[in-house]
Amino acid sequence: MRFRLTDDQRALRDGVRGLLARRFDRTALRSAVDRPGRLDRTLWRELGAAGFFALRLPEADGGVGLGLPEAVLMFEEAGRALLPGPLVATHLAAGRVPGAADGETVVAAVDGGGLVEWLAEADVVCGDAEGARPLRSVDPLTPLHRVPDAAAAVDPVAVLLTAAEQLGTATRACELAVQHARAREQFGRPIGAFQAVKHLCAELLVRAEVARAAVYAAAVTAAPADIAAARLLADEAAVRGARDCLQVHGGMGFTWEADVHLLLKRAWVRGRRAGGGAAGEELLAAELLSGAAR
Amino acid sequence: MDLSDSPEDAEFRARLREWLGKVLPTLPPKPSPDDWPGRRAHDLGWQRTLYDAGYADVHWQASPAVRLIFLEETERAGAPYVGANFVGLLHAGPTIAAEGTPAQRARWLPPVLRGEEVWCQGFSEPDAGSDLAALRTRAWRDGDDYVVSGSKIWTSHAEVADWCELLVRTDPGAPKHRGITWLAMPMDAPGITVRPLRTLAGSAEFAEVFLDEVRVPVAHRVGEENDGWRVTMVTLSFERGTAFVGEVVACRRVLGELALEARRNGRWDDPALRRRLGALDAGFRALWRLTQWNVSEAEAAGGPPGIGGSVFKLRYSQARQELYDVAADVLGDDALDLDRPWVADRLSSLSYTIAAGTSQIQRNIVAERILGLPKGR
Repeated sequence: MRFRLTDDQRALRDGVRGLLARRFDRTALRSAVDRPGRLDRTLWRELGAAGFFALRLPEADGGVGLGLPEAVLMFEEAGRALLPGPLVATHLAAGRVPGAADGETVVAAVDGGGLVEWLAEADVVCGDAEGARPLRSVDPLTPLHRVPDAAAAVDPVAVLLTAAEQLGTATRACELAVQHARAREQFGRPIGAFQAVKHLCAELLVRAEVARAAVYAAAVTAAPADIAAARLLADEAAVRGARDCLQVHGGMGFTWEADVHLLLKRAWVRGRRAGGGAAGEELLAAELLSGAAR
Repeated sequence: MDLSDSPEDAEFRARLREWLGKVLPTLPPKPSPDDWPGRRAHDLGWQRTLYDAGYADVHWQASPAVRLIFLEETERAGAPYVGANFVGLLHAGPTIAAEGTPAQRARWLPPVLRGEEVWCQGFSEPDAGSDLAALRTRAWRDGDDYVVSGSKIWTSHAEVADWCELLVRTDPGAPKHRGITWLAMPMDAPGITVRPLRTLAGSAEFAEVFLDEVRVPVAHRVGEENDGWRVTMVTLSFERGTAFVGEVVACRRVLGELALEARRNGRWDDPALRRRLGALDAGFRALWRLTQWNVSEAEAAGGPPGIGGSVFKLRYSQARQELYDVAADVLGDDALDLDRPWVADRLSSLSYTIAAGTSQIQRNIVAERILGLPKGR
């Protein structure tokens, strides 16, 4: 058993992290917030060139020929950088929709729950978006439409990649909270020296690390129950992590200028995608019964 | 990332599984929780069985992966828990193996492995629990002996122990983390009084130990005089490493039994209850994966699982308590009947966020040693 990153996987993760740090740093994030609803097509093509969408396509089909664990590492980094766009939908369309693999085509998809992200910017829409109505999206970086009577099947890979994005956001929340707790001084000392703040930060890390183990294991086994568990824990790590990060930031955290709200809002949006919440818990409960009855 | 056994590990697993299938049906039934001599005999008997089959030292010698397989397979098969051998096998033994002299290792380690001697842990005191370094039990030199006076508390297995891993203060003038010494104290020495403490679960799981001028030979000191804190940290790294992992397997089994019971008594039809069971399953799956991750990292680094154990313990202790709270909802009114299954387990699970370092202490460890936040209070 070698349940740890290989050197190649580590190099891949560092490469993606480096690319996103160069091409989608904090300045880019904030200017994207100032231009809501607009997707950076140049960046999209660069992601395509870096193999973001073609990662799991066989090399014979022009892909990179890697597997789910590598895809999870890439999507974790995307979640950490709060990279906007229909990343999961385009990744899943690679090989099926012309131009998706290299980032020429932006693909949106109707989610099983009836929401579509980035519909107006998409070149191709998977699923029936007939009658789609725009929402005033809570997340400034994710435009949303609602589709009446949507009933798309839930793709476990989409559930897992969503979990990976949530894991990345949870990690970012922990990093931001710890950074702030070290730097911000009150009562003559860094607030991170106070147990009440320290324990918030510790719980941020614990939730993220537990979710990480679940997400990585699900990428290895690809079992629907493991994926459901990974998604539940990653949703929890991202949503509660962003909330706790906001609390650590105090009054600063309630402002538009701090990035914390962007983490929380994105985590909420991803949390509504199909395969999480009640659906995931019911799947695991059913599994429990069939496993116990065996 | 790979979750499959190496060929050697797979062979170990298969051999162990086959042996467990043969030996478990021949074991005597478990004694009642209040029958301490019976529990001692039962636990030592299991250790002897392991010794005869070549598995006695699996916690000490084997790779972390093999240790994990051992805990997983023994728990799945319903083998006895380490029980009264806990301190000897998982605390004192590894500490003596790491810090003891050749003579000390030869004296104390074989009887632990053969299931002949039971150890207890004399660390906590009434005024030194989470603040362990505040301990006050005194020891002073008199010829070739230390003379020890003071008291210890929450000492598991004290009634049936042969030896106690004892922390004493040998230099009251030194800063509190210095001036502490680690001694092996024979429990039949004159001056020792053991008073069982009844727990909230109704049973006598642990005891108070009073020490009145107990003589312990200087030759029983492990490590240097006044260097006991460092020796203790060695002990605790074992405690927080893999000590709890078999229990995750046990919790997942209980979860499956709860699902069956809920279907039997009709509560399965309540979606809120089903969802809680599903959410708990997600948590225990993740904890199991976290263990595999920690073990893989430890094996690559060549040491025991380190402070990652605090991350595990925080979440595990909480999940275990939630498990038995859900069990109570499955049971309904029967959750108030001590004769029903899971009710006593619910009571004993209350200790999990306290024993072996409270959740609050573990959060400080995570925040200060992993996240690098400043020390404070």
